[in-house]
Amino acid sequence: MTVAYAVPRPVSRWRNPSALPGFGISMGFVLFYLSAIVLIPLAALAIRPWELGWSGFVAVITQPRTLAAFELSFGASAIAALLNTVFGFVVAWSLVRYRFPLKGLVDALVDLPFALPTAVAGIALSTLYAPNGWLGAPLAALGVKAAYTPLGVVIALTFIGLPFVVRTLQPVLSELGKEAEEASATLGASRGQTFRRVILPALAPAIVTGAALSFARAVGEYGSVIFIAGNLPMRSEIAPLLIVIKLEQFDYAGAAAIGLTMLAASFLILLALNLLQSALFAKR
Amino acid sequence: MALIAHPRGATEDRRSVRVLSVAVAIAFVVLFLLLPLATVFSQALANGLDFALAALKDPDALSAIRLTLLTAAIAVPLNTLFGAAAAWAITKFDFRGKGFLVTLIDLPFSVSPVISGLVYVLIFGMAGWIGPFLRAHDIKIIFALPGIVLATMFVTFPFVARELIPLMSDQGREEEEAAISLGASGRSIFWRVTLPNIKWGLLYGVLLCNARAMGEFGAVSVVSGHIRGQTDTMPLHVEILYNDYQFVGAFAVASLLALLALVTLALKSFLEWRYADEIAAVHRH
Repeated sequence: MTVAYAVPRPVSRWRNPSALPGFGISMGFVLFYLSAIVLIPLAALAIRPWELGWSGFVAVITQPRTLAAFELSFGASAIAALLNTVFGFVVAWSLVRYRFPLKGLVDALVDLPFALPTAVAGIALSTLYAPNGWLGAPLAALGVKAAYTPLGVVIALTFIGLPFVVRTLQPVLSELGKEAEEASATLGASRGQTFRRVILPALAPAIVTGAALSFARAVGEYGSVIFIAGNLPMRSEIAPLLIVIKLEQFDYAGAAAIGLTMLAASFLILLALNLLQSALFAKR
Repeated sequence: MALIAHPRGATEDRRSVRVLSVAVAIAFVVLFLLLPLATVFSQALANGLDFALAALKDPDALSAIRLTLLTAAIAVPLNTLFGAAAAWAITKFDFRGKGFLVTLIDLPFSVSPVISGLVYVLIFGMAGWIGPFLRAHDIKIIFALPGIVLATMFVTFPFVARELIPLMSDQGREEEEAAISLGASGRSIFWRVTLPNIKWGLLYGVLLCNARAMGEFGAVSVVSGHIRGQTDTMPLHVEILYNDYQFVGAFAVASLLALLALVTLALKSFLEWRYADEIAAVHRH
């Protein structure tokens, strides 16, 4: 602590005066630590791909194997986000609106994907859905191969994304008063009409947010996917794995090119969702 | 009276809707969450408890446990210090660019774990910006403890800060300002006014930060080099054993991590229930 006096400092143009001490030291540490741990390393990601030049960069990210990996990562993440939106809604709705046995346990379990290390989830899902696994065997009897296929990727990404939808919807659902529903019922709407025209529109922004969070997490996910995916090039190889492979070959610029493209693409998709959300729900 | 159907309230769902909704919710949670968790423990105990315990006493497993604890012991306190400093600067003062700073602090959560490890390789790796310099001076960062700690710090960076910022922002500055007008020093204000107000929120943030620090796989996997007995953390050791077809060993180490997750969840639920008002109202992850 270098600040030993409590006299307000001279007014600066970007900071209002305050009686409290410690701004200089805390802000200094924050900026130093943020730069060292996050900003400078991310700058490396933004700069290094261009060692390849524009044409080299484009060549890396348009290789058929890279394109297939992007397609799988973004496609499977979108499907998983969609599944999570539907089932996450049912879970959140049940938890907020109904009472049932072991509800507390179900509620606590929803956070499991946040807390369970991804590698543990990965080997568990892979064992569970392997052809001789608890769920893999019945699925195999039905002629469905889950483990070591793109379907396995979707399963892992659904696991990882569920809490985002549920935890985004839950508080909004709880605060959604019954008044509007009562008014709607009084005016003669059926329960189905009330759901479609009163409840769903009020929840729509939270549904989009939950789906977007789930999608964003899924695109970058690695640990829970690589065990169940089988990692066949062109078929079940996700983009983050391709980065790892490039690094193992000391192709740093290529790895950075794929990483930068992934980040840019997810940011653009999230930005588009954000704009869509504010355009659709501007009145709220 | 049971013969007379209870009239359904205007905002009550039909019984069939209720039952179906709860059934689908429970089925989904069991299939996607409970069964994977059960698989971990059942596979670990496939050959009995003694076998699982023996797998944990393997020297490589013990070294992985030590490395994981050491990594968390460095990364978590540093990120906690950062979180407290960031929350102090952001909530107790008004300055331009505050929103931008908060966005930057949250940034690591939107970055893929693999990219979180990649960025350090781009700087410190063999072909990294200062890789040749480090090699000339025999300093190891990538494929050694410093790289593992850095990658862990990156992925757990926002946890404490994003818990403390909304909490301290809600609490305002009046108490601290009163303390300073009574002549308290900055240090005693923090320890005797601010900290008691935020202790449960701080603990909550540290808990989540620690769980992620001990369980991180993707980021650490990129920078570790997977040297058995040296740069293997517990999650990486799980991967090595699993790929070696040593399933019981892999699941034994995995079940330790799963236990850590369950303890974390239990403590988290307890804090949310007992100290709901003293941790930040909004919880996003």
